Amino acid sequence: MRFDWQWDFAWEILPRLLAATLNTLLAAGIGYAIAVVLGLVLALAQRTPWKPLTFIVREAVEFIRSTPLVLQIFFVFYVGPQFGIRLSPWTAGMIAIGLHYSAYLSEVYRAGIEAVPKGQWEACRALNMSTRDTYLRIVIPQALPPSVAGMGNYLVGIFKDTPMLSVIGVADVIFLAISLPAAGLVRLFEGFVRRKMGM
Amino acid sequence: MSIWEFLQTYGARIIDGTLVTAAQFVLATLVAVTAALAAALGKLSRNLAVRGLAVTYIELFRGTSLLVQLYWIFFVLPLFGITLDKFTAGFLSVGLNIGAYGAEIVRGAIQAVPKGQWEAAYALSMSPARRMRRIILPQALVLMLPPWGNLLIELLKGTALVSLISVADLMFQAKQINASTFLSAQAFGTALVVYYLLARFLITPAMRRLERVMAQRLGRA
Repeated sequence: MRFDWQWDFAWEILPRLLAATLNTLLAAGIGYAIAVVLGLVLALAQRTPWKPLTFIVREAVEFIRSTPLVLQIFFVFYVGPQFGIRLSPWTAGMIAIGLHYSAYLSEVYRAGIEAVPKGQWEACRALNMSTRDTYLRIVIPQALPPSVAGMGNYLVGIFKDTPMLSVIGVADVIFLAISLPAAGLVRLFEGFVRRKMGM
Repeated sequence: MSIWEFLQTYGARIIDGTLVTAAQFVLATLVAVTAALAAALGKLSRNLAVRGLAVTYIELFRGTSLLVQLYWIFFVLPLFGITLDKFTAGFLSVGLNIGAYGAEIVRGAIQAVPKGQWEAAYALSMSPARRMRRIILPQALVLMLPPWGNLLIELLKGTALVSLISVADLMFQAKQINASTFLSAQAFGTALVVYYLLARFLITPAMRRLERVMAQRLGRA
């Protein structure tokens, strides 16, 4: 190795990296909360009898799923001001991550809803339940438990994607590791190691 | 500026970027497939050291974020004396990252080949290498192609990150155009659409076709 490891520097930046880890947790938490709710909306919107809505939502989900998140973050952050809407990096980042993962989660929900046996739907109809009651009281409670495993995977995924928020200036761990004052490569390296250990 | 004028002015740069993205995609795919195959076979190996190495690689690359891996390979490896130019560092990190996910797919497919096939190859006294090459892998290939289709789209999306170490890919060009013109909707919007078209009308149909061809060659379609 061509550099010497400076423990004092690593210790010195540790509190700041831990504080930034809090930001990472917060960003992942908020993003995931948006995705969990919006994902369900997107999944249900694909089941309405009104075909154009189904089609549009389906295509939108496909579009979001097959384009890079980092590009979506840039898009949300920079396009707003062009039309007079200013978003803080945090807001833009949360919208982008929430939207991106809601597209993934909607697929998880969709699989869960489709796995509910047909007899359950027929029973609801036989009991003359409204569509609303059918979904809220019978279908969704049965669709959610099998979806949990898939949802967990995306929670891990969202943690790994929060560093991308640093490209628009949200100070998460990686952003700090890069932008610490006078961060030479050696220091950068230590920052990265801290992050790996801290996570 | 209308979108047509925009495309006339900056179309060439968008195409340049798309070509770099395509090159990154192809090279990263090669790295990913190689790494996935090696790691999957390693994880199935009876040798403890080989298995440990494979598991370490898979868990390390699956457990951390691609962006961090990219920065490590580009900024930190030089400290250990391995200096890669940004283009190589780009496709290498994307490929290694996706390869770790691919390894689990390959392993799953190999283990899903019916036990009778393994036993038959053994009964015919094939060597392990020959059995793997002639009997198991061709059948596993058909099983693993559909999940690889999804993974390749993830890989294409992953290549957008190489712009952060300033490889002049599509994402990079979009950022540059945005920075010099502030036409954010046009620049980023066009890039989004190009990525979408690549994924939806190039990668997905190509993989579907490959699935059909491979299934036919095994007499299963």
